[in-house]
Amino acid sequence: MIKEEIYKYDSVYRGDFTVSAYRFNKGDKACCIVGSMRGNEIQQMYICSKLIKALGELERQCRISYGHEITVVPCINPFSMNIEKRFWSTDGRDINRSFPGNASGEPVQRVAAELLSKISGFQYGIHFTSFYMPGDFIPHVRMLETGRENTSLANLFGLPYVVVRKPRPFEETTLNYNWQLNNTSAFSIYTNETEHIDEESAGIAVASVLRFLSRMGIIKYQCHGGYIATTLDEEGLMPVYCTKGGIYRGLKRPGDEAEHGEVIAHILHPYENTVIEEVKAPCSGIVFFAHNAPLASENSVVYKLIRRLKN
Amino acid sequence: MLETVASFALPVGERVNIKRNRLAPKEQAEGQKRIAVVTGIHGDELEGQYVCYELIRRINRNYTELNGIVDVYPAMNPLGVDAVNRHIPMYELDMNRMFPGGEGGTPWEHVAGQVIDDICGADLCIDIHSSDIFLREIPQVRINPEYASKLLPLAKQLNADFIWVGNSSAVRPSSLSHTLNSRGTPCLVVEMGAGMRITKEYGEQLLDGIFAVMAKLGIWTGRVKGVSNPMVSTDGEVTVIHCEKSGVFIPDIQHWTGIFEGDHIGDIINAYTGEIEEEIFSPVSGTVFTMREYPVVSPGSLIARILGGGR
Repeated sequence: MIKEEIYKYDSVYRGDFTVSAYRFNKGDKACCIVGSMRGNEIQQMYICSKLIKALGELERQCRISYGHEITVVPCINPFSMNIEKRFWSTDGRDINRSFPGNASGEPVQRVAAELLSKISGFQYGIHFTSFYMPGDFIPHVRMLETGRENTSLANLFGLPYVVVRKPRPFEETTLNYNWQLNNTSAFSIYTNETEHIDEESAGIAVASVLRFLSRMGIIKYQCHGGYIATTLDEEGLMPVYCTKGGIYRGLKRPGDEAEHGEVIAHILHPYENTVIEEVKAPCSGIVFFAHNAPLASENSVVYKLIRRLKN
Repeated sequence: MLETVASFALPVGERVNIKRNRLAPKEQAEGQKRIAVVTGIHGDELEGQYVCYELIRRINRNYTELNGIVDVYPAMNPLGVDAVNRHIPMYELDMNRMFPGGEGGTPWEHVAGQVIDDICGADLCIDIHSSDIFLREIPQVRINPEYASKLLPLAKQLNADFIWVGNSSAVRPSSLSHTLNSRGTPCLVVEMGAGMRITKEYGEQLLDGIFAVMAKLGIWTGRVKGVSNPMVSTDGEVTVIHCEKSGVFIPDIQHWTGIFEGDHIGDIINAYTGEIEEEIFSPVSGTVFTMREYPVVSPGSLIARILGGGR
């Protein structure tokens, strides 16, 4: 294992801003794994730290295949993480909306450009990222529909679902999209939690990456086979809205079943503790996404359901 | 007449209301033209607040001169304006990256869709921005090259000092202006001043332009002042200057001034050591239309933009 600095600048007030990468084995660029790009993606960094530990052990045991390099970049934005700010510490820009970046541009564009240049050329790219709405998902692999996405490969992670999403204009500036344009097969992995550590889903994420690397012949690793994934089009998920604002009490977790008409959440009056809305499932299905904040505004999406096919 | 064009309940006893003040002639006739003046998409950009106030005040003072509809939207992001937040509080999303909006996301994406529906069909929309807290801009109109041929004649009526035809962030896909232009409603983006400030003379200058363009469209029959002949970015090349060191920027030139190649623009100083970290000189001769406002910088921070490009 070699630890190296892939981007660095000196800040007068905070010392060195450093992005570190961990390289395992030498040879063809087989797989690059990227962790937190935002200052609140603690779970994503934690998953990478577990992978660095696991890959280090595999390397010591000579179980990384000859001629295959694996790189892990656990954290792109330590300055924001240290002040508990989601986006860039000074101007609030999002690194994952700044690709392909510009090496002679503004600070965030420089980080994006430098990162992309250092992690380009890999056959596979895996990014642990987070959603812009507060909530938990069933662990899944997400791919942007660029015409180059490969859902068959995404199945090899052994996670229950693969979700394909048509990119909106702003998503053309994400790492996933730009990796794909640079001929890397890119996968974004979503687990439960962002700002807190969830050991169970972190373990699932680590196992899924090791399973994928094993199935691609990059490591020699024996593991449980995982799931045969179902591929979903994101537009096919059924959003469930609340029509009142108040204290939110969800009654279902990701992976739970919901029947048509079943009450799946309550909205409570914030001062009087009375139920002002019973949120009902508009169809039968499985909870894919569940809002997890204690408050909800009117018109918030509190669940996304995988519709159950009628018999 | 004050009307609410989009609204939703927040969790604790409050509603978000996107309001529009419609000023219309007492006698409405078929074929009357409509102009929309929008501001406050970014909560830290306040220059448009004075423009909205003064526009309504002047129209009310000479109401008989009004021959069309003027819709004024002072705060697209009212929570951001009130809470001194550039982005949408709670989600920290940039509202100018969520158009055309839609269903299945946050309540704000729904609001963005309603706002677009409300403005669409206007004969002109003017979206007023004021840079951010980091940069100061001369009054300028920004146009996406895709729509330049249609928008340039209108932009030249706005009494701006400068028209920048380019892919700046305010005119890219997912912005209000790009969405409206793509749907056939002409939209001009004005950038002037700096974030969290109001520069009254810039507001007065733009107001003269708004009345001039309203007169041109037949919405205003009162007397209007002559407008200046703006520089257009296609007259020369835009040179962007970034610093390479971290520290505090001390300018040595004035904003909106002519400089020559080799002129000293300013220094990046180190308050700990008493030393100059970097001296910044102009690589070209031209006119400085953007100038650093916030002194603390890191490598890549934008220091100045110069139109001219002559060496």
